[in-house]
Amino acid sequence: MSRVAKDHDRSLMLGNEALARGLVENGCRMATSYPGTPASEILSSVAAWKKSEKLDRMHVQWAVNEKVAFEIAYTGSIAGLRTAVAMKQVGLNVASDPFMSAAYLGVKGGFLVISADDPGPHSSQTEQDSRLYAMSAKVPVLDPDSPGQARDMTGVGFRLSEEFEIPVMIRPTTRVCHARQDIEKKEVQRNNVEAVFEKNPARWAATPKFRYKLHNQLEEKLKKIALWKETAPVCLNPSVQSKKAIIVSGVSAAHAKDIVRELGVEGIITLYQVIQPYPLHTQFIEMVLKKHNDILVLEETTGVIEMQLARSDRVKGKKSGHVPETGELLPEIIEKIIADFVCVKSGSKILETKPGRRPTLCAGCPHRASFFAIKKAAPKGIYTSDIGCYTLGMNLKAVDTVLCMGAAISQAAGFAHAYDDKKRPPIVATMGDSTFFHAGIPALIDAVVQNIPFLLVILDNRTTAMTGNQPTPASGKDVLGEPVTAIDIEKLVKGCGIKYCRTANPMETDKFIPLLKKAVKYSQNNGPAVVISRSPCLLSLPNEELRENYKGVEITDTCDGCGYCISHFECPAMVMDKEKEKVTLDRSLCTGCGVCVHVCPKKSIVPAESSNMEGS
Amino acid sequence: MNYQIIISGAGGQGVLFITRLLAEACMNDNRHVLTSETHGMAQRGGTVISHLKVGDFKSPLIRPGSADLFVALKPENLDLHYGFLKKSGMAIVNSSEGSSTAGTNRAKALNADFLANQDNNPGSINLYMLGGAIALIPVCSIEKIKKQIEIRFVKKDKKIRAKAVMALERGFKTIVSGC
Repeated sequence: MSRVAKDHDRSLMLGNEALARGLVENGCRMATSYPGTPASEILSSVAAWKKSEKLDRMHVQWAVNEKVAFEIAYTGSIAGLRTAVAMKQVGLNVASDPFMSAAYLGVKGGFLVISADDPGPHSSQTEQDSRLYAMSAKVPVLDPDSPGQARDMTGVGFRLSEEFEIPVMIRPTTRVCHARQDIEKKEVQRNNVEAVFEKNPARWAATPKFRYKLHNQLEEKLKKIALWKETAPVCLNPSVQSKKAIIVSGVSAAHAKDIVRELGVEGIITLYQVIQPYPLHTQFIEMVLKKHNDILVLEETTGVIEMQLARSDRVKGKKSGHVPETGELLPEIIEKIIADFVCVKSGSKILETKPGRRPTLCAGCPHRASFFAIKKAAPKGIYTSDIGCYTLGMNLKAVDTVLCMGAAISQAAGFAHAYDDKKRPPIVATMGDSTFFHAGIPALIDAVVQNIPFLLVILDNRTTAMTGNQPTPASGKDVLGEPVTAIDIEKLVKGCGIKYCRTANPMETDKFIPLLKKAVKYSQNNGPAVVISRSPCLLSLPNEELRENYKGVEITDTCDGCGYCISHFECPAMVMDKEKEKVTLDRSLCTGCGVCVHVCPKKSIVPAESSNMEGS
Repeated sequence: MNYQIIISGAGGQGVLFITRLLAEACMNDNRHVLTSETHGMAQRGGTVISHLKVGDFKSPLIRPGSADLFVALKPENLDLHYGFLKKSGMAIVNSSEGSSTAGTNRAKALNADFLANQDNNPGSINLYMLGGAIALIPVCSIEKIKKQIEIRFVKKDKKIRAKAVMALERGFKTIVSGC
């Protein structure tokens, strides 16, 4: 085992921290993002380094959505600065409009688009491959295999971007973003370039005639990028002469390196690692096809490399059926594929996936209280919902649809138009505060114009909870914790033209249910109504505050174990004791919110006598 | 020596915390480390698993049948992820019952819930388990981990630090003394 020299400044870095470190080490002057797993920690890490390294000239911000984030950072680059935007893969869908166009116009300062993919998927709606997007936009893309390589690719990416005046994508996957590795820090580069925007309407405001020219220029750039030495594929064992070869990229390369060594085949089979899957280097394609007649390609998730090799007679991969086209390419899957390819035995076994514990809303989560009330207020309703912690409302049967960010409102409209007036059930859309800002506003304006009979419940927990409590435009603080202007959600809703808007605390169940009933009724008779259900995410509150708010409950002997609270409320602090046929309270989880008092149909859950019990 | 370690439990139990603590302790012992973590939706009370590899590795993931050590913070996780263990590997499970996987003596039980309750230290269940785990397979010395706790908790109250160290030690001693 190799030991590490002691005197190096090494630290254990998450892949996303490593990407952030790469940005500050390479003189990035502007970084923007919208949070989304697995990319969320990139921007907060940049902000942390901006603070600790005193990079006063660097601008770091959460934007309202990925499109806005992209446009801000892109424009910083056409003013001559090194800039970057980070997002998850489905965020790139939102930013795809400026992304496609920016490829034509090109950049001045280096511009990196970090789009983190999620094969599996672990925490996403799709397994889409951002490298295909890069191909579609005609933008070069780099595919890191580890946090260390991700860090190094930021420097390479900036140089590539500046040399060819083109946006460059870095495409890490979950296993890079959320891997930790000991990494030696390099010095932070203080970049003091002054912003200069050189006007050139034929480029920066190009009309279709000029766009055609720019498209031709883009094609010329790509031809040259496919010859650029710094991102050329690497042969990992150049002394080996073999007709068979394995081409790997991204985290599949990391898995393959260990596996080839363990199977003892590193001396008999040529292994290439692709650094830049698109555009694939021209000379590499020629050389590989000349030297090898049997080629295995391992990459996630789509066959971007094999597509460019374009030789189905020689290439084994996704198209030939040797490599799965869906799901994560786990090392045990890769081990079996490689062993079969080189005709050796392997002990590879694939674990059968057993259902684990399903995720659920936290004990004391205000969303649970909102969902319980919505089901009481509109028991036969259609419940459209959206992306966030509250997607978990589906456990409570209070979420019927989840499509993409902001769709809860448009889907409510779609259902409203689809049903005849007399047969239409009540329609209740739920959407978090951050999602509302991100993509809900245009849909709400549309619903007002069309006078859609539906109730929108904005689940306003004052934060972007699912991705780790990032601020929203209503928070009044930025990524550095500094004060910024706060947007008032009520005013915004009213500004969209909504006439019926109420704000209430969902934790006050006895008042909240009647309020929702009224709003549902109004929406059915008059058109769109909005209830802002406001109560902070418990994960965003300090322990002292949680203790102060602790009310506490007790379950009396009248509990007959009917299970209503378990199936309709699903609070993790409530546990069915099968032997005693009674529900018990897990006091280590109970936050003492007291909402369950209103849930039990037998009134067996009561407020605790002493209100000063120890909270968790 | 190279080590491959699986740590699993439910979101919120501190799986990521002890993974990182052990990784940093090994790193301060001048060894290379590589981990893979669960973030996002699963952290809301769902099953959380982390992989920790100490030594010469490129891949952040552990293949089934390869782990030297498996730490299960919930009893039901033992069955879920037992397949990661190699034949000579050892598992430690937070459970009141003895070895709960049928026909194996590779799983050792440590009743961390009970110990934490006894010590009025419910936030440290993960550290009892980590202490027990390194008593079973010496991935890293307990002294190195204690030192790392001191570093990580440097800004926290002295009492919190002492409680964390106490949990680690009690888990360790419980396994060493075999009860």
